[in-house]
Amino acid sequence: MTTDTPTKSPEAAPEPPPGTAPVTKRIPQGHKRLLTRRDRLTLGFMAGLPTILHVALVWVTALASILLAFTSWNGIGFDSIQWVGLENFKELFTNNPQFWPAVEHNVIWFVVLICIPTPLGLFLAVQLDKKIKFSRVYQTAFFLPVVLSMAVIGFVWQLVYNPDTGLINSVIGANKPGHYIDWIGDPNLNLWAILIAASWRHTGYMMILYLAGLKGVDPSLREASALDGASEWQTFKNVIFPVLRPTNTVVLVVTIIEALRAFDLVFVFNKGAEGTELLSILVTNNIIGESSRIGYGSAIAVVLLLISLVVIIPYLVSTFRKERRA
Amino acid sequence: MPDFSLPSASRRSVLRGIGGAAVLGAGIPLLSACGGSGASSDPKTVTLGSKASDPVPKKAFADIYAGFKKDSGITVDVNTKDSNTFQEQINAYLQGTPDDVFTWFAGYRMQFFAAKGLATPIDDVWQTIGGNFPEAMKKLSKGEDGKYYFVPLYSYPWALFYRKSVFKQYGYEVPTTWDQLVALCKQMEKDKLVPIAFGDKDAWPALGTFDQINFRQNGYDFHVDLMAGKAAWTDAKVRKVFDLWTEILPYHQEGATGRTWQDAAQTLASKKAGMYLLGTFVAQQFTDKAALDDLDFFAFPEIDPAYGQDTVEAPTDGFMMSKSPKNKAGAVKLLEYLGTPAAEEIYLKSDPSVVAASTKASTDAYTALQKKAYEMISGAKSLTQFMDRDSRPDFTSTVMQPALQKFVRDPKGIDSLLSSIERQKKTIFASN
Repeated sequence: MTTDTPTKSPEAAPEPPPGTAPVTKRIPQGHKRLLTRRDRLTLGFMAGLPTILHVALVWVTALASILLAFTSWNGIGFDSIQWVGLENFKELFTNNPQFWPAVEHNVIWFVVLICIPTPLGLFLAVQLDKKIKFSRVYQTAFFLPVVLSMAVIGFVWQLVYNPDTGLINSVIGANKPGHYIDWIGDPNLNLWAILIAASWRHTGYMMILYLAGLKGVDPSLREASALDGASEWQTFKNVIFPVLRPTNTVVLVVTIIEALRAFDLVFVFNKGAEGTELLSILVTNNIIGESSRIGYGSAIAVVLLLISLVVIIPYLVSTFRKERRA
Repeated sequence: MPDFSLPSASRRSVLRGIGGAAVLGAGIPLLSACGGSGASSDPKTVTLGSKASDPVPKKAFADIYAGFKKDSGITVDVNTKDSNTFQEQINAYLQGTPDDVFTWFAGYRMQFFAAKGLATPIDDVWQTIGGNFPEAMKKLSKGEDGKYYFVPLYSYPWALFYRKSVFKQYGYEVPTTWDQLVALCKQMEKDKLVPIAFGDKDAWPALGTFDQINFRQNGYDFHVDLMAGKAAWTDAKVRKVFDLWTEILPYHQEGATGRTWQDAAQTLASKKAGMYLLGTFVAQQFTDKAALDDLDFFAFPEIDPAYGQDTVEAPTDGFMMSKSPKNKAGAVKLLEYLGTPAAEEIYLKSDPSVVAASTKASTDAYTALQKKAYEMISGAKSLTQFMDRDSRPDFTSTVMQPALQKFVRDPKGIDSLLSSIERQKKTIFASN
């Protein structure tokens, strides 16, 4: 500390006098000479500013929303916040006809994504990995939907599903009274209709992830299994797929995240009406608006957060355990 | 052990930073105080937040502000936002630094912000413009405290629309009672028409059908009580409304929850549907001049003779003054101008799908449709706004819209639906 003294301005005077035991012990510090005062300031700024932003925008808001979940607030003035305890959650679990369907739909979303587009993406990746003709063209075609924003996909698929003028109903003649298929309004159909659109995009995403994984497979493994006389399927099942394990983990995490954050496609499609309710949409509907129910919306957000934690914590625990072992 | 000197150096800089921030922070109110009292408050400019983002109303409003400038020499600095965004953000907007004057809706939605102290009472404006408006409009412009907060500009009634040529072709007559309406629906079905066009994808059109049946069956007072959360949704009177609705629901266009109102309007325009219950803005979908001239409407038929057709649903749009306008004198002048028949006439020249709120505005330039709408409103004993303007928007958007979509798709299980609505209503109305 004392080495700084000559450059110090007088305002730094009220400091513990040099020579006290704990300070003298810590004086020899090598790296201090490497960093000038200016460097330290810059470093402090570069590390400090993002930290402040991160804490303010991520942690403070998350904690605030957890706190708000126990209040009733219409968003006008801080003095109108009322503490209501667990009322919001009670209301949510027992009284909100949209809540349980929303939870169910988020789960369905995940199951469908993991069961249909993921194997499909793996299948396409394996085919493309064989260096067939026009591989690049197919790759681009399948990946194209991933480049589009979900909102745009929503608009495109609405044109396909529009019950009166949409492609499907016009082609199969299901837009006449009597045999009318309401792809967007019928709660038995609309979630599946949307999931087809979501899968359309997710397949390309999965394909690219698996393609990257496959490129990383050591060619000598294939060679060895070919020499041992394994069929193509056997090679894939017993050699390639086990090697893809890290990719599978990434795919699983990505799919869980996609299922939990599902929002934009549905919001554009029919705003989460009957049959397509999702937790994220319930949060939005309650918080955004002219007289919003911020406490209640926060309670739904907390439920979403808890579900995310239930999924993410075991994943993180197992990853860290592996790292420690390695 | 952590380095002692590094944090100490950076702590000083942090402290200095905090000091600087404190100086800055102290400076902000100073600066804004300056802005409020002096330089930036230009007496020749009034700022106005507008939700009129569609081309037709945007131009019509611009014409009014040009007229005001000519009259008073004061420029209106308009800040237009997409209308949905404007509505969603109104809460934060009014609490931040809003424009001096802003566009808004009459009724509960105006009273809500007035009661929260986010608007300035404008009784002084009404002393000047009061003579221009009928009693029903005055009622609509007052907050719960009895002070005026709103200057209405135009209204548009809800009614059953039809095409004159279709009614002529099949020899239909305009129904004036419920039984006649049901009979007409049956006849239209026989004639291979969709009796009532319907699109509820946006979830609000069904609210309008409920309103009509409810105030025809139970009267204006009960409707108002129900909207204010005073009457119970489990009341037998409400149940009766849904029973009546169930009776005509089969004659509505199939698959309503997947169709927008614009698409539903097209079935009326293409003569595939016989009738359509909507506001007069349905005319915007009739781009063909001949088809527009062929469009006509009638009031929703009488259900209980005690109430007849005395209530008209006529949402009214207009202006309010924000809580602390920078140029209050200018804002008052602007609102006084907006309350004149002249301002309304300018607006109606560019947007013929609505009618003036003032009875003094000239009706000479009105189309036949506008004249009829005007008569309907001025002959009404009571005016309603629309369910989401007569009740808490958080209740109508999070409870009523999904509930009515559920009912429209599957009208069975009304009782459990109504008790669910009532339970949710209680918690929402119990909060602040």
